[in-house]
Amino acid sequence: MTILSYLKALNRALSDELAGDPSVCVFGEDIGVGVANVTTGLLKRFGPDRVVDMPISEQAFTSFATGAAMAGRRPVVEFQIPSLLFLVFEQIANQAHKFSLMTGGQTRIPVTYLVPGSGSRTGWAGQHSDHPYSLFAHVGVKTVVPATPTDAYGLFVSAIRDDDPVVVFAPSGALGVREDVDLTQLAPVPLGFGRVHRAGTDVTVVAVGHLVQDALAVAEQLADEISVEVFDPRTLYPLDWTGLAQSVDRTGRLVVIDDSNRSCGIGGEILATAAEEMRLVAPPKRVTRPDGAVLPFAVDLDLALQPSREQLTTAIREVVKTGR
Amino acid sequence: MVDSTGLYRTVRLIRRFEERAIELVRSGDIVGGIHPYLGQEAIAAGVCAALRTDDLVTSTHRGHGHVLAKGADPARMLAELAGKATGLNRGRGGSMHAADFGIGVLGANAIVGAAGAIATGAAWASQQAGTDRVVVTFFGDGAMSQGVLLEAFNLAALKRVPVIFVCENNGFATTMRVGDAVAGTIAGRPAAFGIPASTVDGMDVEAVLGAATEAVDRARGGGGPSFVECHTYRFDAHHTWEHKAKPRYRTDQEVAEGRSRDPVDIQGARLADDVRERVDAEVEALLDEAVQFALDSPKPDPIDALAHLYADGTRPRAGVV
Repeated sequence: MTILSYLKALNRALSDELAGDPSVCVFGEDIGVGVANVTTGLLKRFGPDRVVDMPISEQAFTSFATGAAMAGRRPVVEFQIPSLLFLVFEQIANQAHKFSLMTGGQTRIPVTYLVPGSGSRTGWAGQHSDHPYSLFAHVGVKTVVPATPTDAYGLFVSAIRDDDPVVVFAPSGALGVREDVDLTQLAPVPLGFGRVHRAGTDVTVVAVGHLVQDALAVAEQLADEISVEVFDPRTLYPLDWTGLAQSVDRTGRLVVIDDSNRSCGIGGEILATAAEEMRLVAPPKRVTRPDGAVLPFAVDLDLALQPSREQLTTAIREVVKTGR
Repeated sequence: MVDSTGLYRTVRLIRRFEERAIELVRSGDIVGGIHPYLGQEAIAAGVCAALRTDDLVTSTHRGHGHVLAKGADPARMLAELAGKATGLNRGRGGSMHAADFGIGVLGANAIVGAAGAIATGAAWASQQAGTDRVVVTFFGDGAMSQGVLLEAFNLAALKRVPVIFVCENNGFATTMRVGDAVAGTIAGRPAAFGIPASTVDGMDVEAVLGAATEAVDRARGGGGPSFVECHTYRFDAHHTWEHKAKPRYRTDQEVAEGRSRDPVDIQGARLADDVRERVDAEVEALLDEAVQFALDSPKPDPIDALAHLYADGTRPRAGVV
């Protein structure tokens, strides 16, 4: 067994795909040096025609990837900062995503966009701390947020092999997660399937990305009084509604913890779908960032706006009070 | 190499295609209107005459001419404009997104200047694959102030990729005059990135072909990107919407002067009268068939409105359950 870090898992996934498929290539800033610790060693192994350092022109190199994809490549684009996704929203949501439909299926755009260190990095302030995965789910771009190193490996591999654009968020809060794994057992994780990290009978907690670890900690803390099931959707679009419905069938109660801004975040969508289609015995709750949050610099202010274990604990207790 | 008659045939085909399409807009058979290419036909015809079928092009919202000149079937093109299942894009793209990947048309792009970086990436991939394929990206003078296009110039020059930037300077970005939109000169911008830039009379298809051939030869030979500015004039509206709204941003006299140099007549004058008449008749017969095909074709089934959204066939959840 080997201790596998989240970043090493991403590095391994990318390395395996570069080795296995000559059409795979990587574009990004400072990826030759590997500043984000994902592409470390890849330039030396695969050369500058496969691992292509780009100037600071995010919009151009994002669409450059679209064009390369049209001409047969399978590019991975790395962004150093989650908020850069706002800058390239046109290139992903309005260009890459739309070509398949607009051309009546004449082309496919198999590009993977990787954001290592999404969400707050504590102390990086307003323009480096966003977590805009809900935006991509909203426009229908395939979106994954792995919570563990094995899922990071497996979902990243599947994203690269997928024939559509896929955004992979690697939350900064999850980058410290390590797992003891058998490296030969690492495998692709199909998009669109959630994972029950912990089985329970009283309430389903849907946790996204790094918040899975928080949900597991809270579930453990509450184990004597409440049986919490922790469901990690892993893919936010398309979301595993069947898997979620099966979990809610077992528990009848639902709490979502989601690092999105509250209004129009994926947590709201999960609650709405559950209310419409699933058998809930109590009103569901969500723990999110506030509406329209911009993370302030000072650490206490930054933390004050992110979903916390305390908020989750309170929400779980309130939801299980009803319908018992 | 295409001869004078072939070049004339293409400009004439585009001219009459656009005029027939405008009739179909007026009759309500084409919904949403079009951005007519009238007046600019020599550019698409001249540039595409310098290309092979396996070369690639990206087009614009004013893109019918590029798609036709690259070799698309006018009947399936017109069916696309009419939103029919037999259209190039199965009725999913329409006038502003017409694409024909089989002949290297990577799609018309309705965001001004957006295709330049896509074309640059496609050129990079073609070069990496060891082909001598080149990529042409068409855009207007309005795109010259779009940041992502300027970024694409930089990438194309840095990576020395086989892309040809073709700027169709028709004097107007919708209603804004080029002088009010572009500081310095158009050709000076690519030149600042070290990209060879030429300026050509965009009303003369043979002149355009000459400039395009030079740029294509450079790209095919490994010499990297080029930029060709084609001076032209938009004879008709920015969009057929203007036919009703009649916004005033240029005088009748100015339009008359602009139309006095007509690319169809300039090339037609190089042909014997009987040759020109024969080509005109052939084009008309082709378009008669195309119009009939477009009108007779079935509409796409609404149940498949989101078909092709995902390459793997994923169908999204419905809007109501």
